[in-house]
Amino acid sequence: MNEYILEIKDLNKKYDGFAIKDLNLQLPYGCIMGFIGENGAGKSTTIKLILNLINSDSGEITLFGEQNFPLSKKLKENIGVVLDENSFPQDLSVNTIHKIMKNSFKNWNEIKFNNYLKRFTLPLDKKIKDLSRGMKMKLSLAIALSHQAKLLILDEATSGLDPIIRDEILDLFMEFIQDESHSILVSSHIMSDLEKISDYIAFIHSGEMVFCEEKDKLIEKYGLLKCSHEEFETIDKAYVIGQRKHSFGVEALIKKNMIKGNFQIEAAGIEDIMLYNVKEINS
Amino acid sequence: MHILIKNTNGEPIYQQIVTQIKSLIISGALSEGSALPSMRNLAKELRISVITTKRAYEELERDGFIESFTGKGSFVAAKNTELIREEQYRIIEEFLQQAISSAKLGGIDLNELENMLKLLYEESE
Repeated sequence: MNEYILEIKDLNKKYDGFAIKDLNLQLPYGCIMGFIGENGAGKSTTIKLILNLINSDSGEITLFGEQNFPLSKKLKENIGVVLDENSFPQDLSVNTIHKIMKNSFKNWNEIKFNNYLKRFTLPLDKKIKDLSRGMKMKLSLAIALSHQAKLLILDEATSGLDPIIRDEILDLFMEFIQDESHSILVSSHIMSDLEKISDYIAFIHSGEMVFCEEKDKLIEKYGLLKCSHEEFETIDKAYVIGQRKHSFGVEALIKKNMIKGNFQIEAAGIEDIMLYNVKEINS
Repeated sequence: MHILIKNTNGEPIYQQIVTQIKSLIISGALSEGSALPSMRNLAKELRISVITTKRAYEELERDGFIESFTGKGSFVAAKNTELIREEQYRIIEEFLQQAISSAKLGGIDLNELENMLKLLYEESE
């Protein structure tokens, strides 16, 4: 077994007005990676490239140590995918979709799928078009989890869902990675709940990877400084990532171990880290 | 076994786990040889990153409080009285440091502080 369940090396893909540039990413086995970035940063494009739904210009993507081009049957069985919008035909019922899936996947586990349906209270006879967004998402998840996949890839799957469903999904994720050979790559622009359970955070901004690091290391590295304008002048700007000045003081994201002196430094969340990094790059 | 994670205080989560498991072992709530939950299970229950629980267990192992065996899991190590004494020293030092700071703030001298400590110690016996 090689080291990474998913590895991206120097990936490039150029479009008019947008490009993925020299993207690198490494996801070890047994982990959850939060893939974050603004809308249009390149998260979905990267995921499509991983799934070989679009072709790259250059670079290499390996899944379970195997190249994703072409995406073999074995890889398709091993990857559970949930995309932003599910693309099942609107007029089919949950039951019909179950039958199609049963015949599509070699490792389909009917008992598991039925258990998920029960757990999510998904009605078998309802048509896709009559399901709510949350229900459709749960159906996609149930399918992704029922064909013995080892890697889950989710694109904005939890955005737009209510806190109760998001909470249930966190439980599912934690259950999934109880097996050390499983991993999850979950893209989102809302990190609040995913932040706690993520082992790694990959942050993409206008097609470039800003960082791909252990979450705990990020939280150790960065801090939110709050001080007066005068105090701020005394700080070495090399350690300031981004700042927000207002009439009554300054808030700044800093490398906290580098700042000497008696300052008020709070723990920075992943969203703070993302926000200030983007501000800095844009300015 | 109870472990409670506070998100409000600045203490890193792995540190909170280390401190709490240590005090469970010292107090005897976790006895020698008893099995600890697996890292993945602990992460699941507390809803935290597996890397965080892994780091906590590594720290506990390094400090000699637990032993880990691949494939079997982690267990409370044989009680090392010296180690526990060391840990208690550390905790006491921390509290005394706080007492000293408060004393200095209130202009209480060492003599007075010693008397207070003596009195309280005798009272608790």
